[in-house]
Amino acid sequence: MLEGILLTIATAATPLLIAAVGELVVERSGVLNLGVEGMMVMGAVTGFGVALATGSPWLGVLAAIIVGALFSLLFGFLTLTLVTNQVATGLALTLLGLGLAGMLGESFVGLPGVKMIYIYIPGLTDLPLVGKLFFGQDPLFYVSILLTAGVAYFLFKTRAGLTLRSVGDNHASAHALGIKVIGIRYMAVMFGGACAGLAGAYLSLVYTPQWNENMTAGRGWIALALVVFASWRPWRVLAGAYLFGAVSIGQLHAQALGIGVPSQLLSSLPYLATVVVLVLISRNRRLTMVNTPASLGRPFVPDR
Amino acid sequence: MKKTILSLAAAAAVMSFGTVAAEAKVKACWIYVGPIGDFGYSYQHHQGLLEAKAKFGDELETAYLESVPEGADAERAIERFARSGCNIIFATSFGYMDPLNKVAGKFPDVKFEHATGYKREHPNVATYNSKFHEGRYVQGVIAAKESKAGVAGYIASFPIPEVVMGINAFMLGAQSVNPDFKVKVVWANTWFDAGKEADAAKALIDQGVDIITQHTDSTAPMQVATERGIKAFGQASDMIKFGPTTQLTSIVDDWGPYYIERIQEVIDGTWKQSDVWGGMKEGHVVMAPYANMSDETKKLAEETEAKIKSGAFNPFTGPVTKQDGTEWLKAGEVAQDSVLLGLNFYVKGVDDKLPQ
Repeated sequence: MLEGILLTIATAATPLLIAAVGELVVERSGVLNLGVEGMMVMGAVTGFGVALATGSPWLGVLAAIIVGALFSLLFGFLTLTLVTNQVATGLALTLLGLGLAGMLGESFVGLPGVKMIYIYIPGLTDLPLVGKLFFGQDPLFYVSILLTAGVAYFLFKTRAGLTLRSVGDNHASAHALGIKVIGIRYMAVMFGGACAGLAGAYLSLVYTPQWNENMTAGRGWIALALVVFASWRPWRVLAGAYLFGAVSIGQLHAQALGIGVPSQLLSSLPYLATVVVLVLISRNRRLTMVNTPASLGRPFVPDR
Repeated sequence: MKKTILSLAAAAAVMSFGTVAAEAKVKACWIYVGPIGDFGYSYQHHQGLLEAKAKFGDELETAYLESVPEGADAERAIERFARSGCNIIFATSFGYMDPLNKVAGKFPDVKFEHATGYKREHPNVATYNSKFHEGRYVQGVIAAKESKAGVAGYIASFPIPEVVMGINAFMLGAQSVNPDFKVKVVWANTWFDAGKEADAAKALIDQGVDIITQHTDSTAPMQVATERGIKAFGQASDMIKFGPTTQLTSIVDDWGPYYIERIQEVIDGTWKQSDVWGGMKEGHVVMAPYANMSDETKKLAEETEAKIKSGAFNPFTGPVTKQDGTEWLKAGEVAQDSVLLGLNFYVKGVDDKLPQ
């Protein structure tokens, strides 16, 4: 049973992790994109449709990544080039995404989708308890871990990562140093879009291989919260996503065991846990200040 | 945050509804709790809209709003419809009850129809519902016959009478075959979240159930059951495509006949307040073809269905004991509709504490 629980937790946490790590990079560059939910649902519908048409979930994933990035480009153009309000534009992107995906996916409703094949390594996958967990999951699970490691390395161990963070912390100084603030932010936004698209494809190709309208069901918002929860640190995003997943799955098991705690309370536990951790984190003001991108959400207009 | 977004989404949806027919005699409007693409509950209501549209053609103008959250947002959506010239409004979820009655008081000329509720505070409010529990009783019979573990998993949405009734009917059906049958209940606290429903199904299966039934609206539990090689029941629509070797049967809601009848009454000017609760007999509740079960089970299921359909048998017929061990129905006593519609307790054998 424990193995089953752990596998379910990993499946629940993976889409949150992928989307949140993408958004983390966006926010580290100083841009707040509230359109994660919209980009995610676009990825979900694209991934489902392309996989259905071609029979290949991998092409579906690829298409979802591309569409996610292109969709975020719209946000980038509006907020970075036309300097519109980031919060309002992000919300608009979510609404547009949900509506557009619903329209595009109309003919997919009620069709069983293509499911991504799980990894199977003879010998290793059959190991008791840890076999399936480490060597027998869906390929995107491993991608999500590598993605987290890659982003952590990029942000804190490379010059390019330092440049990106400097843009997020003080865009005026970065600009004065000759760094192309807008160009870097464009790339960050597109990376976030690609991740959100991938997370969406995870939903429609691995988690629940089907297409339903609004199938993201608020996961984009959870991902956004996780970024703050993790105080903009990649490995903490991973911890947060798995904590959230563990509490979500744990409460379902608690219910099935019939322990007699009201289900409404149990259902709210993941959110309560998030709030508690946020409060604990924000108590350490210095640490929060150090990690929060200082230019987050502030528009940048170069004064040549 | 999510709530705000949903209400924004609802507002955006309001701006884009409806097609305008040239000379429509009547305008009927629907409010759905989920997306019409859920392939479950809201999808079936929308099929009813389409049936009505096909029947009346240009005489009928229709509009609908999907994914309208229950509560304060619903009030705005309903009022918006009432203002925009709808003659009859079908609000299709339990949580629209209070907002609907509030709006109905302000628009006495508009007819309001509320599905699955029980409040009719104004003469222009009618309620309608289907006796889904009749189908759930049949499912219980099948589950007890087909389960080897002797325990089924039940994915529930919210602890409202409608859902509690379904759990009880399922339990009673199962107990009619195997008195020791157990049901494990997991409340998802949502009507529609494919991922969460899949997680709930996995949790139940990990805890040893070998049949899954659901009172939430997505096809995800059916897919999980297929993956894990156990059996499951569909919900609201025929989900056989999602589990060709899994689905035992499904309760299919057919709202079309009721919608056509009520719209016709508005056209004729004969609409009156009513409380319609149709079941198998009226054709509002239809069972999807029985599949993936032994011939013996199939026969018993068909017999049970026929008995309920003919009116010879009511699933809530005594003797029935409440979960706390007190007597609810004496031998041969049939539960009153008014009690059922406010049901807030379990019958004996349900392995769960009812959230209050």
